[in-house]
Amino acid sequence: MKHVEILDAKTKDKLCFLDKVEPNATIGEIKSMFHKSHPQFYPARQSIRLDPKGKSLKDEDVLQHLPVGTTATFYFRDLGAQISWVTVFLTEYTGPLVIYLLFYFRVPFIYAPKYDFTTSKHWVVHLACMCHSFHYVKRLLETLFVHRFSHGTMPLRNIFKNCSYYWGFAAWMAYYINHPLYTPPSEFTNIQFILVTLEFFNFCQIGNLSIHIALRNLRPPGSKTRKIPYPTKNPFTWIFVLVSCPNYTYELGSWLGFTLMTQCLPVAFFTLVGFIQMTVWAKGKHRSYLKEFRDYPPLRSPILPFVL
Amino acid sequence: MASGEEDGAVDEKENNNKKKTKSAIVTAWLTFYNIAMTAGWLVLAMAMARFYIQKGTHKGLYRSIARTIKFFQTFALVEVGHCAIGIVRTSVIVTGVQVCSRIFLVWFITNSIRQIQNEESVILFLVVWTLTEITRYSYYTFKLLHHLPYFVKWARYNLFIILYPLGVIGELLTIYAALPVVRRTGMFSMRLPNKYNVSFDYYYCLIIVMLSYIPLFPQLYFHMLRQRRRVLHGEVIVEKDD
Repeated sequence: MKHVEILDAKTKDKLCFLDKVEPNATIGEIKSMFHKSHPQFYPARQSIRLDPKGKSLKDEDVLQHLPVGTTATFYFRDLGAQISWVTVFLTEYTGPLVIYLLFYFRVPFIYAPKYDFTTSKHWVVHLACMCHSFHYVKRLLETLFVHRFSHGTMPLRNIFKNCSYYWGFAAWMAYYINHPLYTPPSEFTNIQFILVTLEFFNFCQIGNLSIHIALRNLRPPGSKTRKIPYPTKNPFTWIFVLVSCPNYTYELGSWLGFTLMTQCLPVAFFTLVGFIQMTVWAKGKHRSYLKEFRDYPPLRSPILPFVL
Repeated sequence: MASGEEDGAVDEKENNNKKKTKSAIVTAWLTFYNIAMTAGWLVLAMAMARFYIQKGTHKGLYRSIARTIKFFQTFALVEVGHCAIGIVRTSVIVTGVQVCSRIFLVWFITNSIRQIQNEESVILFLVVWTLTEITRYSYYTFKLLHHLPYFVKWARYNLFIILYPLGVIGELLTIYAALPVVRRTGMFSMRLPNKYNVSFDYYYCLIIVMLSYIPLFPQLYFHMLRQRRRVLHGEVIVEKDD
């Protein structure tokens, strides 16, 4: 039997003393016990660590496998109010879906009153609405049925930051694409061109979905295991040979297709910002793959084959 | 074995020497930079004073120093680089915001909009900037030379209390004066329809810039006040953890 004392990481005050803790108890169980004596700190907002300035211990870590004596001393840090990833994703993706449609249907107070509830005379505008809406419906369905999240929650303030980004950009793009004075791609870039961009967009959407499904299948339900992703029978996953995070590659492709389809500078800007953020994430993921797996395929790049 | 230990000691000494040379070069550059900037802003101060004494009016004063202030204020971008590579221990964001707001005012307002160059508010912020920069750069220079007179330290951490708000007033009044001109000429703006399917209204952009002073100015001001308490009174301030 072990004893566990939990101190505040900043003030070093003794917050909690748990006696008679099973040696095979997990950090997750200890967090539940701490929650009982401090109801305001639900487990998701607890960061338990061996050192006040060290890394957080994982919920799966077992007490007796940690470098502690008969009485384990842990330091607690409040991570702040938390919100579940699923909630954040659902909120941040529903916004663009609804907002774009408000502009598409030219709801009052956006454009001049004579345009209220009119529709654009350019067929590419209808196509763009379908693509944009399809994209976000796909994301919502993936959040509900495909993705398996490693972390349950994130800090509450992230939802404001993320929603501002998605909703703000959606409004900015939708305003111009659905504007009465919108200029569709010119005579040079004719119907063939628009159809090619549409095909490219669809190709990348299917690719992105294929990768999400392949990643989900790596991980049994309810687990948090991490494995190296490999190409499967689905040709869209063969890109794993060259890239660590092909979901981001396909996402970039989709938005490039959408940019060329609409020829709208705000869309190009959104694509660029998204690309920069996804590259940062891809590089981080690639680095952690390399650190965790010594036999990681050397030919792979983080997001763009051979280049980035 | 003994020679192995010696090699190790020699390596460490070489490393230490390399570090010392690097830090000597850095100090030399920073000292030169701060002396040059102090001199530059002193030249500006004297040019402004001489113009006013000779001509008795502030009309035409901006034009007479336009090239000099464009040069020295733009060169201050280098300071953002200093923070980014870590040779100066200040936040990149704080420095970036301050330098960018200056550059915006010089290049995108005063330099581009001739009609407001003779406004009194322009003189106000020019005088404030000059006094602030001379104090700031000479403070850094003396600090690098390890010979800081108390009155320079006092000036650096006390004058801003009045100069900062006065500067903000000068800047805001200048932007406000520029609004009718911008609206009338439609400068820097782009309207629909166009092939990029985007529009930009410099007039509303300026209004947003003016509004952004509301959240930004207090943050910068209180940052300076906290620095002042720390430097002048040695108070230890516990910063919020991230």
